[in-house]
Amino acid sequence: MQEVIQQLVNGISLGSIYGLIALGYTMVYGIIRLINFAHGDIYMIGAFVGYFAIRNFNLSFLPALLVAMAVCAALGTAIERLAYRPLRNSTRIAALITAIGVSFLIQNAALLAWTPDPRSYPDVFPLRTYEIGGVFVDNRQITILSVAVALMVVLHYIVNFTQIGRAMRAVAIDADTARLMGIDVDRVISFTFALGSALAAAAGVLVGIYYNRIEPTMGAMPGLKAFVAAVLGGIGVIPGAMLGGLVMGVAEVAVVALTASTWKDAVAFAILIVILLVKPAGLLGRQVREKV
Amino acid sequence: MLTVENLNVYYGGIHALKGVSFQVRQREIVTLIGANGAGKTTTLKTISGLVRARNGKISYQDRDISSTPAHIIARDGLCHVPEGRRVFANMTVAENLALGAYHRRDQQGIKRDLEWVYELFPRLAERRQQLAGTLSGGEQQMLAIGRGLMSHPRLLLLDEPSMGLAPLLVREIFEIVKQINASGMTVLLVEQNAHMALSVADTAYVLETGRIVFSGPAREVAANKQVREAYLGA
Ligand SMILES: Nc1ncnc2c1ncn2[C@@H]1O[C@H](COP(=O)(O)OP(=O)(O)O)[C@@H](O)[C@H]1O
Ligand SMILES: [Mg+2]
Repeated sequence: MQEVIQQLVNGISLGSIYGLIALGYTMVYGIIRLINFAHGDIYMIGAFVGYFAIRNFNLSFLPALLVAMAVCAALGTAIERLAYRPLRNSTRIAALITAIGVSFLIQNAALLAWTPDPRSYPDVFPLRTYEIGGVFVDNRQITILSVAVALMVVLHYIVNFTQIGRAMRAVAIDADTARLMGIDVDRVISFTFALGSALAAAAGVLVGIYYNRIEPTMGAMPGLKAFVAAVLGGIGVIPGAMLGGLVMGVAEVAVVALTASTWKDAVAFAILIVILLVKPAGLLGRQVREKV
Repeated sequence: MLTVENLNVYYGGIHALKGVSFQVRQREIVTLIGANGAGKTTTLKTISGLVRARNGKISYQDRDISSTPAHIIARDGLCHVPEGRRVFANMTVAENLALGAYHRRDQQGIKRDLEWVYELFPRLAERRQQLAGTLSGGEQQMLAIGRGLMSHPRLLLLDEPSMGLAPLLVREIFEIVKQINASGMTVLLVEQNAHMALSVADTAYVLETGRIVFSGPAREVAANKQVREAYLGA
């Protein structure tokens, strides 16, 4: 029993990171129907910005987190502006291929700038482990969880209770009608990229602290898994991304605990295949007619 | 207030508007009638900036808006209530109305207009927390108009507000259009229901396959023999 709870704690920590990344995929998809394949690389950049902010500029955890989020918000909007906006009216496949191209570009630029060697994250928190009834929880897990929950609450508030959030939902439903309301659709799309990228950056810093290891190719696998999480929850559905992330995290930890850790990455794709076969709209997704 | 000159609009190879010209004067109700596919919706979309004309000119309050982005036009008091209502289905009535006032900052004015909209459409007031997608067709039309009014427009473009509604509701909607106009708002009304449209309008234009074929005071257009045969079933 303790072992189960222990794995659950680990799974939820990992899952909340997947959830943070998945939110960016799902928001961008919801608004422009594009799978932003560069999203995992933005997460990687976030991890590196946090790393430099802590190591070179001696920032503590929270300021470093905010700097990483701000830099990636700017990066995300720049990518949208330069790479995706010119293709807004072309075929989806053109935009998709461009997204893959942007992903390679960022990854290779990072390899060039920072070498492929993994780096160990600076120690912002001395590790402290607490034992609660035989279950071990450390302060890093607590940080990950509280930061993830706090960010999700903020996001929930923005999306549901602010004017820009209402505009985001309106554009996701019907961009032309949103224009007729005086909504600047381009600005709303920029804002969505900024928001999603900032969340990915936060996930990057949290991962750096949790696993104590970052490298330029680190975005690929979590990026894919978070994408699966977004599909699992119902792509375009914001609470779905959080739920999908948690399910993915717990499933991955469970698979590692029960089988061999070599199956760790396969579980994501098994989930993807099952969800596409059984409930393609995702756990919280509605079966909606495709927009024409 | 609005002058459209020699508008030509294409959808790929389809020549949808072939030199459309007309005028809307302040405080008037102008109607644009015509059969399905005549180009009525295209005309409104071109005015509100959702569709671009290949050539021609649109002046609104003496300014050329032919290449102004749609959201800027909307902020300038020209409001287009689109065909088929297009309410935001998974948002509440109140949220839809708030979006209508998206670009406004005058909280007092927004509050006044909200009260006015709820007065015009008491059924919306009763359903303010209901999701727009769960409203009946008539209520959705009321919401679409109410959402438009929330932008406090000077010129209101209405695209087939009577579409798919029961006769009693159609009458109710047209009554409201008259009230809105009486409050000082200029209205450009697009309709297939020529009979009702001509009964409320001051001026009428008849659109046929992308061309204006008749125009004049609504009463005269309604009395025209050809119009009666083609559009009024008489
Ligand atoms: N998005 C579009 N793409 C191609 N053709 C269109 C489009 N919208 C309208 N049309 C065509 O343009 C013509 C005018 O359509 P529309 O303006 O919708 O007419 P109305 O509103 O009078 O029924 C029709 O022949 C219609 O088929
Ligand atoms: Mg039409």
